[in-house]
Amino acid sequence: MGDLSHLRDDFPILSTEMNGHPLVYLDSAATTQKPVQVLDAMDGYYRTTNANVHRGAYALAVEATDAYEGARAKVARFVNAATPAEIVFTRGTTTAINAIAYGWGLDHLGPGDRVLLTMLEHHANVVPWQIVARHTGAELVYLPLTDGYLVDTSALDGLLDERVKVVGFSGMSNVLGTIGPVAELAAAARSVGAISVVDAAQMVPHMPVDVQALGVDFVAFGAHKMLGPTGIGALWGPMDRLERLEPAEGGGEMILDVGLQESTWADIPHRFEAGTPPIAEAVGFGAAVDYLEAVGMAAVRAHEEQITAYALERLATVPDLTVYGPSDVSARGGAVSFTLADIHPHDLATILDQQGIAVRAGHHCTRPLHRLLDVPATARASFYVYSVPGEVDLLVAALEEARRIFGVA
Amino acid sequence: MSLDELYREVILDHYRNPRHRGRLEHATAHAEGQNPLCGDEVRIDLVVDGGRVVEIGVTGQGCSISQASASMMAEAVAGKSVAEIEGLSSRFRAMMDLEEGDAGIDESRPGESLGDLEALQGVRRFPVRIKCAALPWTTLKEALEGDAG
Ligand SMILES: Cc1ncc(COP(=O)(O)O)c(C=O)c1O
Repeated sequence: MGDLSHLRDDFPILSTEMNGHPLVYLDSAATTQKPVQVLDAMDGYYRTTNANVHRGAYALAVEATDAYEGARAKVARFVNAATPAEIVFTRGTTTAINAIAYGWGLDHLGPGDRVLLTMLEHHANVVPWQIVARHTGAELVYLPLTDGYLVDTSALDGLLDERVKVVGFSGMSNVLGTIGPVAELAAAARSVGAISVVDAAQMVPHMPVDVQALGVDFVAFGAHKMLGPTGIGALWGPMDRLERLEPAEGGGEMILDVGLQESTWADIPHRFEAGTPPIAEAVGFGAAVDYLEAVGMAAVRAHEEQITAYALERLATVPDLTVYGPSDVSARGGAVSFTLADIHPHDLATILDQQGIAVRAGHHCTRPLHRLLDVPATARASFYVYSVPGEVDLLVAALEEARRIFGVA
Repeated sequence: MSLDELYREVILDHYRNPRHRGRLEHATAHAEGQNPLCGDEVRIDLVVDGGRVVEIGVTGQGCSISQASASMMAEAVAGKSVAEIEGLSSRFRAMMDLEEGDAGIDESRPGESLGDLEALQGVRRFPVRIKCAALPWTTLKEALEGDAG
């Protein structure tokens, strides 16, 4: 069941070249490639169904609205939301987290209140809270990591009290791969009456997720890291939570009535979707979850564990290479960050690029984590359903070449 | 374009053994530069006296291209007048294709006009890395412009 290599034929870009070599795409944590099924769905929408949604009193507009709402229903089913209305379409994970930070935080946070995050958060789950903290006088506190790169929940003892109003954490790290202790942090949040917010940008694409079973208040994720297009994502919350969330953005489509001084809101989820939404992107998102359901998320996860185990095993054979992240594949996803001797990650990325291998180099939007690791930057290889062991072998060979070029003895 | 041409030995030597490294307590001018895309950082401290850079100190961190470029630049500009440095800077920028003009490189006599800096020629073929090589120069320019004396 671990072999998904037949899927590669669905991804046109995987048979292209980069710098004269067959493309080895190892940057799926940044964004994944798209299968023809998604491309065709979006193209077909524009060719046959395009109109604005929720407005026109003509057949085409009704079809467009059905396509958009149909996509919502698919995404809801994919993560097991209780109803499609619990899925709010956003521009992506970042926008979803901002919608919670502004929509909930501005009303519920005050001076002395705390937002508890972890040291491995993406900037998308740090900066919105900093902005809201500046408006409200709240402060941010952080759970440290263990030596094994896990979130250190033993530190909850010192950090969790009734001042904590929000507990925000990543479901899966985009740098270390670490899977977040979701159940434990959700319970911790509940125990002090705080809300819990999961940055699931990496989690939803890489493992089976049942949002109702997580026991959390809000979940944010995006389409483009799970075979879908950029420009669309989702915010999930149970209906009674969404009812207590204020819209962070105002405009058309989100109102019931507009007076000169005040307005009333449309129903959920539309009150959170101001303006014309990304309709073709929603259709593409729906096609992406159809594709992943056909593969099966258990198979996606099993494949990822296998290729990650293989990558960790092969990378361990490269002298002077340090991997940052859990070594136990059951505790992690497929983002593998590393440094090699004194070769700066950007030099590594250039050397790999010349051999057709795409990896990311930098701080991967996790400056606080990189300061904690005490490295200014890392290189990161990351995998998805179409990744194959042969690509890991090419990576390892290219890293050996980098050692030679840099004269690392 | 081979990678060995980009990562010439002299570049790796400057990367690993940077010249004029350190902060200058008695600097008359300084500036800090960052390349937000890849996080390269360079800080230049200068002692400028009578229109001449009598001392230069470089600190920072980043890729081999940015740090080697800073070290080579420090070596090239130490002791030079501000006018001479402007000339060097424009020849360097021309070499990187950042500026119109004669790169001033005599291929038959490498090292003649820009010294070790000419080893950075290969960077021109790697457009995303040109910013790394140029960072120390833009930082130096800022420091010189900010120098009161
Ligand atoms: C863990 C994590 N959170 C948040 C984001 C932000 O996602 P986006 O830029 O698509 O909004 C990303 C991806 O960059 C991520 O990996």
